[in-house]
Amino acid sequence: MNAEKTPGSPAAILGEGQLDPDALEAVLAAPESRFRHDYLEIRDLRVSFDGFVAVDGVDLTVTQGDLRFLIGPNGAGKTTIVDAITGLAAATGSVRFGGVDLLGKPSHRIARAGVGRTFQTASVFDELTVLQNLDIAAGAGRGMRTLLRRRSGVPDDVAAAMETVGLTHLAATPAGILAHGQKQWLEIGMLLVQDAHLLLLDEPVAGMSQAEREETGQLLQRIGEQRTVVVVEHDMEFLRSFASSVTVLHQGRVLSEGTVAEVQADPRVVEVYLGSGSARAGSSGSSKEA
Amino acid sequence: MSGLWRNPTARLWVGVAIAVVVLFVVAPGTLSVFRLNLLAKFLCLAMVAVGIGLAWGRGGMLTLGQGVFFGLGGYMMAMHLKLADAGPGGVPDFMTLYGDGTVPGWWEPFRSPVFTVAAIVLLPTLIAALLGLAVFTRRVRGAYFAILSQALAAAFAILLIGQQKVTGGTNGLNGFQGFFGFALSDPANKQMLYFIAAGTLLVMVLLVRLLYRSRYGELLVAVRDQENRVRFLGYNPALVKAAAFAVAACFASIGGALFVPIVGIISPADVGVVPSIVFLVGVAIGGRATLLGPVLGAIAVSWAESSLSESFPSFWTYFQGGLFIVVVAFLPGGLASLGQVWRKRRAVEAPPDDEADDPAAVVAEPEPSTSGRSA
Repeated sequence: MNAEKTPGSPAAILGEGQLDPDALEAVLAAPESRFRHDYLEIRDLRVSFDGFVAVDGVDLTVTQGDLRFLIGPNGAGKTTIVDAITGLAAATGSVRFGGVDLLGKPSHRIARAGVGRTFQTASVFDELTVLQNLDIAAGAGRGMRTLLRRRSGVPDDVAAAMETVGLTHLAATPAGILAHGQKQWLEIGMLLVQDAHLLLLDEPVAGMSQAEREETGQLLQRIGEQRTVVVVEHDMEFLRSFASSVTVLHQGRVLSEGTVAEVQADPRVVEVYLGSGSARAGSSGSSKEA
Repeated sequence: MSGLWRNPTARLWVGVAIAVVVLFVVAPGTLSVFRLNLLAKFLCLAMVAVGIGLAWGRGGMLTLGQGVFFGLGGYMMAMHLKLADAGPGGVPDFMTLYGDGTVPGWWEPFRSPVFTVAAIVLLPTLIAALLGLAVFTRRVRGAYFAILSQALAAAFAILLIGQQKVTGGTNGLNGFQGFFGFALSDPANKQMLYFIAAGTLLVMVLLVRLLYRSRYGELLVAVRDQENRVRFLGYNPALVKAAAFAVAACFASIGGALFVPIVGIISPADVGVVPSIVFLVGVAIGGRATLLGPVLGAIAVSWAESSLSESFPSFWTYFQGGLFIVVVAFLPGGLASLGQVWRKRRAVEAPPDDEADDPAAVVAEPEPSTSGRSA
């Protein structure tokens, strides 16, 4: 999918959306103390599919206020780790977030424990409007009586999130006809109204234009100051601009961990991931995996 | 008029008024007792269709086993009617014929009209809720769920046939004299049954409309299209689906219960695999995801079946099969989507900018961003 703004593409029809960082402040208005002790702690995580070991003893600690990037070649186990955390893939070891043991819990309980995720392919509810998408994301704690009634007006948290991801003018638009980048933003908005304390984002800027990447990166940085954010990403330029720390995975193991500069200086990373020379990583085109 | 048509509340009342006039004035005024009774039967089948529309059209659960719940409701009603005909302490006629002339213990509570009505409404609902929860928690869906539900219908019919002493076997239960004290041979009471069926169906459609427009209705569509996404938002999709499945079962059961006094018989042939699929055909043809598509589709298909098979007895099955294939292949949204398809075609032919209500024109008005930062 590419989201180039060619005339006649949905993006051209829908107009250029813009993220609204001011509105984010309303979303993040919750007292900082709610998030203070949040941290993701993964110990000796193993995932295997029919004998193939996809994740092989990974340890990972991400604290609140961190914007952690997971990178690695195809098959390194990045998405599988996210799947294991969210209960989609069976795993052994231990995964704790905010003092709650996540492994073995059904996915919807993990989500209720404050863990939100997105998917590589934007998965929004195509037939429902932007407003309906966000309203559903906000409503996991709703009781029977609220569910059986019509929505009257727009809940405040939904309005603030919609403003943040720049989709307020598209509130009544079916999510299916949004541009690719707008769908990704809608997903981030859904994580915000879901009140996820741990945000796991799988390639959130794939298919976005340069300007959209920039905006998304700044948005994630701001969210990351308050919450725990883990981003799986291939785009090295995006990573260099916004990551506060990086974990490099290779063949299901942690190869290196640290700041962007530390990781880039690691000879093992240069060898297995960046290929012959780190200079190649300068252009995002060549560092992106097929 | 078009302004009125766009207001959902006005549209609702206009729709209800039309339905009331057609169902309660036009139909009884123009149809013979026999035809009106036939229409009452179709309305019972349409009740099943409303439920299938909810479970399949909105919830994505292709249920090929609604005959089970239709049958449960029908048989419970039939048991009560049989016991009532036999009088207090009496034994239904077929039991002395096939069995030892004693009423089994699990029949006894159905002597009570209150218990019977409560059981018709609650028992299939409860069974469907538990079954749905068990099945959907194990993430059985799509074709597997369809096969499972169909196998249930087959098993239910076989069970009924095998237990002739207590279920009447292949013949089913028939020959009812009265309905809660009203003689079924009286045409006035037949008309009353028709009114009960019409009123019940109307209430069901309005209930489903409420559900479709509620937050639950939105959630159900979300579960249908992106079950995993809903799960990662913290909902248990199994609960959401089981609820819709239970409502569908409840409607089917009530349809079955009213079918019994109206048609005068319930037998395994009304509840097995074939009738379960026929329920679905009307829904698919009418348009499964719409509110009225399933109802109108079910009534139209049943009507066509009875009038066509009067003149060409062996022809109907082929016609029904052919229609089903044509609709599924060329009009997956059912006949209800004809208007949409036509509008789309017209929009393609005509330049879109002179269309006032073109969706693209509405969304193309970008609001000035309140953002102070530019990327």
